[in-house]
Amino acid sequence: MGGISAIGAYIPRLRLSRKLMTDANAWFNPALKAFGRGERAIANWDEDVVTMAVEAARGVLGKTSGVGLGAIYLASTTAPFAARQNAGIVAEALHAAGALRTMDVGASQRAGTTALLAAFDTAMARKQRVLVLAAEKRHSPAGSVQEMTSGDAATAVMVEEGDGIARLVAQRSTSVDFVDHYRAQGREFDYGWEERWIREEGYLKLVPPVIAAVLADAGLAADAIHHFCMPCTLSRVPQAVAKKAGIADDRVRGNLDGVCGDTGAAHALLMLAQVLETAKPGERILVIGFGQGVDALLFEVTAGIDKARPDTVASSLAARKELAGYSRFLAFNDLVKLERGLRAEADKQTPLTTLYRNRDMVLGLVGGRCERCGTIQFPKAAICVNAACGASGSQVDQPFADFHGRIQTWSADQLTYCPDPPAHYGMVQFEEGGRMTVDFTDVDVGAVDVGMHMRMVFRIKEVDPQRGFVRYFWKAAPVTAA
Amino acid sequence: MATGIRDKVAILGMGCSKFGERWESNAEDLMVEAYTEALADAGIETKQIEAAWLSTAFEDIHVGKSGVPLAMALRLPYIPVTRVENFCASGSEALRGATYAVASGACDIALALGVEKLKDTGYGGLPQRSRGALNSMYWANVSAPGNFAQIASAYRAKHGVGKEDLKRAMAHISVKSHDNASLNPKAHLRNKVTEDQVLNAPMVSEPLGLFDCCGVSDGAACAIVTTPEIARSLGKKDLISIKAMQLSVSNGTEAQHNSWDGSYFMTARIAAGRAYAEAGVKRPRDEISLVEAHDCFSITELVTMEDLQLSSEGGAVRDVMDGFYDRDGKLPCQIDGGLKCFGHPIGASGLRMTYELYLQLLGRAGARQRAKNPVRGLVHNLGGLPNQNVCSITILGQHGA
Repeated sequence: MGGISAIGAYIPRLRLSRKLMTDANAWFNPALKAFGRGERAIANWDEDVVTMAVEAARGVLGKTSGVGLGAIYLASTTAPFAARQNAGIVAEALHAAGALRTMDVGASQRAGTTALLAAFDTAMARKQRVLVLAAEKRHSPAGSVQEMTSGDAATAVMVEEGDGIARLVAQRSTSVDFVDHYRAQGREFDYGWEERWIREEGYLKLVPPVIAAVLADAGLAADAIHHFCMPCTLSRVPQAVAKKAGIADDRVRGNLDGVCGDTGAAHALLMLAQVLETAKPGERILVIGFGQGVDALLFEVTAGIDKARPDTVASSLAARKELAGYSRFLAFNDLVKLERGLRAEADKQTPLTTLYRNRDMVLGLVGGRCERCGTIQFPKAAICVNAACGASGSQVDQPFADFHGRIQTWSADQLTYCPDPPAHYGMVQFEEGGRMTVDFTDVDVGAVDVGMHMRMVFRIKEVDPQRGFVRYFWKAAPVTAA
Repeated sequence: MATGIRDKVAILGMGCSKFGERWESNAEDLMVEAYTEALADAGIETKQIEAAWLSTAFEDIHVGKSGVPLAMALRLPYIPVTRVENFCASGSEALRGATYAVASGACDIALALGVEKLKDTGYGGLPQRSRGALNSMYWANVSAPGNFAQIASAYRAKHGVGKEDLKRAMAHISVKSHDNASLNPKAHLRNKVTEDQVLNAPMVSEPLGLFDCCGVSDGAACAIVTTPEIARSLGKKDLISIKAMQLSVSNGTEAQHNSWDGSYFMTARIAAGRAYAEAGVKRPRDEISLVEAHDCFSITELVTMEDLQLSSEGGAVRDVMDGFYDRDGKLPCQIDGGLKCFGHPIGASGLRMTYELYLQLLGRAGARQRAKNPVRGLVHNLGGLPNQNVCSITILGQHGA
């Protein structure tokens, strides 16, 4: 049936303390206090489903980039574009576009597991590697329970024909139009129904039969499951489902509620990724996706896990920075009418012809390397920038995305319009050669200086508020000690 | 072999509007104000002008494109009028056009006029504008102060200058410019400030505070140029002539090649070297009497003193703190207040700097006149970003000097 050869996650650096959220909103809804423990992961202002998916994918792809990849499937219910394939943007950023199958999967919290199932079918049928990405940047009304329980993150899973680190043993799906919540086309927020009904008629009635079926397919009893991964924000529901299915309480894996929050369509895969960071060969993992039906995927950890142990859930949970203030979260997510100043009014229309012509450069961060003198330069140009060379038509593609560099010049700018001032930017000189003056992200005020070690990350450059277009480019972020 | 521009063109007359927040005036009014003074100074009539150059950089918020706005405002008699733009060095470009036209013999009398009407945006600082379609997709989210602040970080790292030491030298520069402008009735910012005020002002772009940034002003400046012979025939006795005009434009080396360290202006060094050669200046620190540098930001002025070979490399902090560039120092810089306080209407600035040197060379600068009339002055006019810019150097002086 195929296996997972690599898995990873990208949980953005910023965390929002739930205490800050209840402090701000419990005056209106005291029931929020019940959710007031721990923190949730939040995307920086320049992150969305596409950028987080790219970052998760890079962790899984390593330095090989997307070469030899057959397909990229992106699952999300909060992707930035309703029309313009989001997976296609990811492919360009990974420098993997071209002979590649790409697909967006959405509309259900189950999209992540469904995309993973489709990836197994594709990998087996076409004998190709398939990269499954699931990401969410949750968008909820201020003061809502969803705002408390949600989290932002991305997961990446590489699926191949072989057994990999975890082989798929059995799988089952059902489709049921059970509407626990919905979001109509063009609407900003989800609309949900009563939690007691979702628990009784939804999870507890719809999930156990699918578990029974998948166990029967595998010829296993419920006690053969070592790790039960079912995302759910309702208290004790995973335990209740497990009990009904005959799975012991201590096999129910935690849902990262206190450290990340529920990441929607990405969450089942995120829980799977976390389990695989410590699971032993021979252990079995049951992953459930719930949303207008159920997906169940039963994995067995292989001996390969010891040679390719994933670790990015732990490392990205460790690389955390608490956001100073709930109001900044509201501003980042356009949940408050903020006075952004006249400078923010500048027209940000993107000429699509220009973008298309330069997509390797802008989305893929591809520059040039002069074959005559070896000078690496960005952007790639017709004539070499090295004054001692000056060769014409001598440059080949040189990807810059995986370069590391040092800050040569910088400033923290309070004047320019930036959603999170001051805007940090400066010149980064790369160890491999070449330089660029570029925006910085994920930096702390007062901590930036000449010589700082930086890497490149794919981020939102700006959003065109008039037309909704999201303009992406790469920024320099500090290399954090892993 | 080209012989250069030295002493081939004389300034017949100059004019400059009051700079500042000219709420009551359109750009056309400012043009006429500068032109009227220049025309009277030249002692000629409009019909004697044979060609004209107009410089503006933010034309879309005032006069719009082309040379037509100048021709219309001054009622020029259907002569060639060319509009030029080269970032903040636009004013010097207009002068270069007029000067070269006269030097080539294409015409006898030519006009250069620069104007900018910046205070119609509704906010402080320079207007927002497009950087170009592709540039907007990958350039950092830069502002003018943020661009020039970059120089400070690299300069400190290279020369081992402490943050506080550099900040104090930058403050000295701004205090000096405010002092100088207090004597200049046409300057935008005429208030004196203290070093403490400068050091404690709000941060605009680290390490540049509010007083490290020049004024954004409305204004116009104008020059009428001709040959020395014609100037004499029109009754001029003390001729001020142009000794050198050089322009250097970045080709991508600073932005894309790792040979530049970010602590200085490559273009300024190249243009200055060429200008000194053209003017026959061997020892700039001794032979230049006055300098009008493009002090868009205090750090720009400081670093520029080294690029112009007036201070040794790494030595500008000491010279600034020693008062070398003060009004009563050995080589005054921005004796009129500079961009910092006279103001910076982009398209007019190169011509405004030339205007001040012209007045000083003729002994006509009033309360701020240098005691002993200077012999040779230098205009440094810079535009763009430290890593890709346009630098213009003009040297002018007593004719024959």
